[in-house]
Order: sequence, then C-alpha cells, then structure tokens
Amino acid sequence: MIRYIRRAAALCLLLLAALLVNAVRVMLVEAAELDANPANRRTAIARWAEPRGEIVVDGRPVTGSRDSGQQLRWERTYRRGPLYAPVTGHASQTYGTTMVEHAEDELLSGADPMLAPLPLWNDLTRGRSPGGDVVTTIRASMQEAAYWGLDGKRGAVVALEPSSGRILALVSSPSYEPGVLSGTGADVKDAWARLTTSPNQPMLNRALRQTYPPGSTFKIVTAAAALDSGVVRDVDAPTDTPDPFVLPGTRQVLPNEARGCADASLAYALQWSCNTVMAGLGVDVGLEGMVEAAERFGFDDTTLRVPSWVAKSNFDRVMSPDQLALSSIGQFDTTATPLQMAMVAAAVANTGEIAQPYLVDRTTTSGGATVDRTPRRTYRQAMSAATAFRLQRLMVRAVEEGTGTNAAIPGARVGGKTGTAQHGFGNTGTPYAWFIAWAQAEDSARPAVAVAVVVEDAEAARADISGGGSAAPIARDVMREALRLEAESRGAPGARGTRATEPPAPARPRGAPGARRAPETTRPAAPASPAPAAPAAPARPAPDRTVPAAPRGAPGERPSAPARKPSAVPRGAPGSGG
Amino acid sequence: MTAPRSTDAPADAPPPGVRGPKRRGVELVLLLGAVLISVCGYAEVGLAHDGAVPPDAARYGAGLGLLALLAHLAVRLRAPYADPLLLPIAVLLNGLGLVLIYRLDLETPRDQAATPQLVWSTLGVALFIVVVLLLRDHRALQGYAYVSVAAALALMILPIFFPAVNGARIWIRIGGLSFQPGEFAKILLAVFFAAYLSANLSALAYAGRRIWRFQFPTWRVLGPIVAIWLVSVGVLVLERDLGTSLLFFGLFVIMLYVATGRTGWIAIGLLLAAAGAFLIGSVEPHVHSRVEDWLDPYASIRAGDGPGQLAQSLFAFAAGGMLGTGLGLGHSVLIGFAAKSDFILATAGEELGLAGLCALFLLYALFVARGYRAGLALRDPFGRLLAVGLASIVALQVFVIAGGVMGLIPLTGMAMPFLAQGGSSVVTNWVIVALLVRISDSARAPRPESADTGELARVEAGR
Repeated sequence: MIRYIRRAAALCLLLLAALLVNAVRVMLVEAAELDANPANRRTAIARWAEPRGEIVVDGRPVTGSRDSGQQLRWERTYRRGPLYAPVTGHASQTYGTTMVEHAEDELLSGADPMLAPLPLWNDLTRGRSPGGDVVTTIRASMQEAAYWGLDGKRGAVVALEPSSGRILALVSSPSYEPGVLSGTGADVKDAWARLTTSPNQPMLNRALRQTYPPGSTFKIVTAAAALDSGVVRDVDAPTDTPDPFVLPGTRQVLPNEARGCADASLAYALQWSCNTVMAGLGVDVGLEGMVEAAERFGFDDTTLRVPSWVAKSNFDRVMSPDQLALSSIGQFDTTATPLQMAMVAAAVANTGEIAQPYLVDRTTTSGGATVDRTPRRTYRQAMSAATAFRLQRLMVRAVEEGTGTNAAIPGARVGGKTGTAQHGFGNTGTPYAWFIAWAQAEDSARPAVAVAVVVEDAEAARADISGGGSAAPIARDVMREALRLEAESRGAPGARGTRATEPPAPARPRGAPGARRAPETTRPAAPASPAPAAPAAPARPAPDRTVPAAPRGAPGERPSAPARKPSAVPRGAPGSGG
Repeated sequence: MTAPRSTDAPADAPPPGVRGPKRRGVELVLLLGAVLISVCGYAEVGLAHDGAVPPDAARYGAGLGLLALLAHLAVRLRAPYADPLLLPIAVLLNGLGLVLIYRLDLETPRDQAATPQLVWSTLGVALFIVVVLLLRDHRALQGYAYVSVAAALALMILPIFFPAVNGARIWIRIGGLSFQPGEFAKILLAVFFAAYLSANLSALAYAGRRIWRFQFPTWRVLGPIVAIWLVSVGVLVLERDLGTSLLFFGLFVIMLYVATGRTGWIAIGLLLAAAGAFLIGSVEPHVHSRVEDWLDPYASIRAGDGPGQLAQSLFAFAAGGMLGTGLGLGHSVLIGFAAKSDFILATAGEELGLAGLCALFLLYALFVARGYRAGLALRDPFGRLLAVGLASIVALQVFVIAGGVMGLIPLTGMAMPFLAQGGSSVVTNWVIVALLVRISDSARAPRPESADTGELARVEAGR
C-alpha cells in the first residue's frame, strides 16, 4: 500500500507542478498581452488614478483635474476650453485624447519613464510618476486676439515666430468645450454625438487639419520659384504676359480682378494680385520647378508634427500646363493648411529659411524640473535669402499700397498677401478669405511674427469675403499683439528703444476704438469702406472690392459647367483675386 | 521509509524521561509566525487603502492568536505527537484568507464578509478542538462507515429541496444563514471509502476476473462502492455542483487505487471521467457555458459584451506579475460576483504576485504532504486510507479551483480551502485538520503495542 500512497502523492505533485507552470504562463508569459487587452480596465484605472499633468500657456495652466469619485477617478477640466481647444485637444476617458493631450499623453499621464526619479524605478515599484507638465509656445494675448478676431466665424488663425518656429497662436473657430468629453457616462456620449454631428464641425482643428485652396496667397510661392529659378531677374521689369491670358492648350481665358496686369511686372502683380502674370510665371517656371518650390515650402509633406500631426498640404506633381497655370495661383488641386501658409509667410520673413514649427516649448516633471526642451531646428530652406529680401519688399508694398492695406500697423514693417479662394462645385461655395503676413518692429532686427488667417464665412455676404476685408484685420490684431509682446520682452535691455516704438501698439492711433480684445469693432467697417482708415489713401480703389464681384457674376454667366476639375478652371481662376 | 522507522520505534522505545519527538514547541513558534504574518497582512491592507494601520489590528491579532493558542493547547493535551506543521499551516491560510476577504470588503461596502468569516473560523477552530479532544483514536470512525454514508447522502440530497442559487442547488438557506451541506459530505464519504476499502482489502486485491490486462474485483465487493459513487455523482449532477462532483470522483479513484494498487482503476476512472465530462459538458447548459468559457475566455469581449468572469480573473493574475501590486492595491474586485469566494485566488495572485501565489501553493502542498506522510507512517489500513483520502480532498480541491480560475481546466464552483469566503467550507476544513492531527498523532506516537500489526503492515508494504 505504501508504494501506492507514494504514487498517489506523486500524482498530487504533478497537479502542483501543473498549477505552478500554469501560473507562470498566466502571470508572466501572457501577462503583457492580458494587460494590454482593451477590455482590461486596469490600464484605464491606473491612468486616471492621479491628476493629469497640466498644459501651460504663458505660465498659467489651462487645464485642471477634478476628482469624480468614480472608478476612473480624476477627470480633465479646462480653463477657457474653447479658446485653447485647438492646442490642448481633449483628454476623454471615453473617447481618448487629441492634439497636445494626445501627443504628450505619456508625459501628462505620468507613464513617461523620463519622469521617474531613477531609471526603471517605476517598473520596480509598480508605481506611476505624477503627470508632467507641458509648457506650450502659445501667447495668451495673441491667442485671444485671434479668437476674438474670428468671433465664431468659421476659420482659423496660425501665428508663428519666424526665427524660431514657435507657434504663438493656434485658433480654430468655431471651437468647443473639451471638458464636456472628459468623463464617462451618458452626458459625455450626448456631448460627443452633438459635437460630431454639428454642421459647424467644432472639433475639427482647422488650423492644422483642414486644407483650403490657398488662392492668391500661393502667389508668394510662385514668385519665389520664379525668382529662384531665374525666370524673373528684375522684379520691376515687365513680364511677357497678355491680359486676358489664355490657359495653355485650352481656349479658356483667365481673367484678372486687378487692372493694369497686361505685361505687368512681378512687383505690380504681387501688389495688386494679377492672376495672369502669376499663372504665366508658373508655366514659365515649369512643372518640375514649381513642384520643387512648393515642396521646399512644405507642400506634400505628410510627416509634419508640431507635435500634433498636420494634414498634408497638396501641390499636384503631375499636371498639364493649364492645370499648372491654375495651381500657380493657388487654385485647381492646390490646398494648404493655415499652418502651411503661415510657414510661407515665415519663410519670407526669415530670409528664406523655415524654422521647424513647434507648439511644445518644454516638458517638465510635476516638480518643475525640465524633462525635455524642443530645440530650434531648420525645417527647410524655402528660397534663397536674396529672393526672400525681394519678396519682403514686395509684400510690404502690398500692405502699404495694395490689396493688404487693412493689415498696416503704424510703426512696424508689415508685409502681407491677400487671397480669395473659390471652391465648391462650379465655384458656388462661399469663397474663403485668406491673409498671410509678417510684421517687424521698426527697431527690431528681424520680424517678430508671421501669421496666416483663413475665414470661411458662409453667413457674410459674398462681397464681404476677401482676404483684405475679412482676414487682414484679424491678422493685424494678432501681429500688433505680437509686436507689443516682443517690445515688452525687449523692454529690459533696451528700454529707451521700446519707449520710442511703444505708442503705436497699445495706443491704437488709427481710430480703431476698443481694447485689443474687441477687434470686431473694426471689422464691420472694413467691408463697408474700401480703405478703412488706412494711413495712406490708395491711389485707386482697392481691388478687394472688385474681387468678389467677378466670381459672383461668373457662375451665373456659365450655368452649364462641364464635369470635373477643368470645369472649375475658368471660375476657379477669377476667384483668386484680391 | 518512515513506516519501518516508526514501526521499529516501539521496539527500542525511548526510555522514560527522554523527550520524544513531539515538536510542540516548534508548532507554537510556527503558530506565532502564522498569526504575525496574518496581522502584518491586515495592517498592510489598511496602510495601502487608508494610509493607516486598522485600529482593530491588535484586537484582530489577539483574537486569531487566542484561537491558535487554544487549538495548540488542545493538541498539546490530547495529541502531543501530532505533526507540528498541520495546525500552523491551517492557521496561516485561514488568517490570510481573512485578510484577503477584509481587503475585498473595502471595495464592496454593502457586502461585508470578513466578520461572518471570522465567526465561521472561530466555529471551525472550536470544532477542531472538540474533535481533537473527543476523538481519542481515529479507528473509532471505522465502525461508523454506513452511518457516514447515509449521512453523506442525506446531506447531499437535502439542498435539492431548496431553491437554486446561481444555478447550483447546493445551499440550504435557513433565515439569513446559508449552508452548504455537500462540504461535510466529503469527509463522511472519505470515512466511508476508507472503512469499506480497508475492510475488503484482500477481497478487492485478489478476487475477480481478468479482462485483457486488467484484473477486476468481484461485483459483490465493488458494487456498493460504485453504487455509492454513482448516487453521489448523480445527486451532484442534479444539483449542478460540478466541482464537488469532480472532487468526489477523484477521491474515489485515488482511494481505490491506494487500496488495490490496480492501475486499471486509474484507466477506467479516467475513461469514466472523460465520458461523464463530455456528456455533461455537451448536454447541461450550465456546464456547457463553463466549458465554452474555458476554451475561449475572451469570446465575450469580442462579442462586445465586456470581459467575463474568467477573463477578469486572468486579467487579475496577469496584473500581479512576479511580485504583485501589493495588498490592497489591486483591482481584482473587477471580477465582481464571487470575487471573495471562488475567485479569492485572483486577489492573492494580483496583490501578492507569482511569488505569493507560489508560496500559497507550497503551503497547500506541504499540508497535503504532511497528510500523506501520516498515512505512510500508520500501520492500520483504515488510518492510511483516511489520511490519504483527507489529504487528497485538499489537494484535489486546490487543483480544481485554482486550475479553474487560472484557465487550466474548466471553471467549477468550489471554495479554495481556508482562503475562500464560505462558512461550511471553513468548518469542514478545520475538521479535516483535526482528523489529520489525530491520525498523525497516532502515526508518530511511540507504540507500546505488540509488533504483530507492524509485521503485517510491512508484509503488505513489501507486496
């Protein structure tokens, strides 16, 4: 019997061995897979067990956390959520994270190993560091100026510091309150359904993720290509472009909104936005040259991160000459994000070099120790420095005496370019108003800010929509704020210089009443009078006014539009005036 | 190896005055350790959850210590030669079980189970003391074979007349107390099997015809056992308590094998088990769903219904990893229903890690080994079979439930001995400890009797 008892004992030992081996299988071998199972709530519980790190704007957090007392304990809150939503995005327990909340999620949630006091410390203690903070490059007053400038109209504003690539303002409008998505439960689901089905698409980050036909603002790229390739050697020399201009290989005529464009010089063409000249120059540069130029500015780049990903701005690589002509004035398939167009302005402002745009200045531990700092990096050399200087002069002229007079800021050197982009089937969609610009204080060595504004205002009368009318005042307010901040920051070393230039910015001498927070007071005036309170009255009526008139008439004249792209051609072209 | 030595012991019996290998002091020290570990665990839960040691930690420790001390005194008084490991292991497992239940109580404020469990444990220890004090010789049980089996069947049939709880008719609810009589039945069945098999040892071993390579005993001998077994299994199937059914079956096969030494029994047993399991698994919906769950624990996740209990249990074990999250810091409460009873091991796995879980398994293994060792050291076949049977009950129960919650075998509802919430189970386990203490006392005690029985045992052992 003893032998059998021993064997029975051996059986028990076998069962024990099976249990131990199985325990190793479940707890070590398959553990990672089980931990990562989406149905396993532990990851979420640990993730929300501590307050999330903060996103900081101008030294103040724009986020917070609230103890919900639920299983997922700390819920995200936002201070002035709609204003900063395009920057922060949301951190929802139900719907995940977006924007900086997404790009810096590891750090904010405390999972980043860099937050641990010692390497592998958190693996050892199974703890989680308190969430780190993300310090953004956004300047609050500029963000507000842009936000109030758009005033709920559909559109976006991006402002960059050309020399560094810091994104100073990033606004998308209409915006949303990201805090309503933070928690779990029916309220959050309702809010999500409401936001995702709203026709205004409040959760769409128009500044980074929406592409628009850039219209005439793209002429800067074409001009840079023409100058760099040697097609144009003297900006003031007449070009050989007839007006009206027949698109090569077709019988379609590309009209102008501006006058005097026949054989006009590049300088004149940029100042008054001649479609014919720029289309002709684009064809002269050739497809290859234009594609290269556009790509040097960042078009067709799918890898841009700021650190949130940015939608690809498009410039077709295969086109017929007539399509190339239209693409050269920012129509046809050419599309750009507001950030992309801000980079175009920044390239001109920063002697041809585009600094890598970035939104996160540095990340810190909860205690404030720096974890990582975004270095200044060169994105691309968009054009030669000589070309950049020439374009600066031309853009300044467009603001001083051209289409962009609404953006002028006394006491500062401002260069700009307007654009009005047609879109939609048969160009019946409300045109988008564009304005890209940069500004340099007179006593400063380099431009302080580059900005791109797009307004897709479906509610305004079409006559009001033009880059110079709708978008330029917003850009002006944002740039003025940037100049004021720059003067402030220079205040300590060069106080006397600052004092000399200070009056223009805060004093608002141009009779635009109200605080900088209320640019809407100036806005209604803009469309009404062609040259609103501009210091120097233009020599002739600003084309802003004539621009929208043409596209409005155009669709009516040719109701039977042929099918696709080429159909948009005759109408797309005229739209890009202004 | 132990058996000959212990049989030789009386031959050169220790002279009076020389201390025998009683090891009661060792037991006392181990008990102290067991109580201390439990109290530390209790304090750790409080520290992790509230940042403070629970105010009643000292009281809890004193209570557990007092229980252990009383049990120890009973053993010292009436079973001085008992194995010194059995009682400390039982106390440690019971104490850890209380800690784990208390820890889970913190997450379920509306369902407090630790205090009732403490009451049941006290009752269990009291019963332990009673058994140790009153049962002077385990052989006395041999005479109650048929009483045992009748009582066992009665206990198993009784719950059929009560409403089913969670798909199984194994509870008797009287007032607020629920009671699982099947738990006691397993001891009674072990006693019956041991008594019957030991009485028919020679008949079982020699008689019967041979089919192919297997020697069968005569039906006259085998009949009653198979009948009892069939009845008990049938009742369990009716009650849908597959865990206990599996346990009885395993117990039956092991005891039959130990008694007869026929490997054929194992083969037949396994065949029967496989056939029975297949039949029940495909016919009975309650069991069928368990098998489905076992084959694919994540099916409900893919179906969009969220993780099932087994998946949650596996998540908990996986979250434990090597060292565990620490007591009070895991989320095994996500398992939901039965987290404190059937799935208590998941909490141990998550919060104590693989290291802690292995320690628990080894404690059980040590306990079972001590039971087997007592069986080996004894000379009377009844005692041997009873010791093996009782130890096997614990071993099988641990395997069935631990394998179930860890996805090794289909999950069947069963209580982890000593750890899990459940009054009947705790009381039953304490009776098992008492019987093993009694048997090990007989096995280790110096024997003044003649060597006749010892010779007989040796002959048998050599066979």
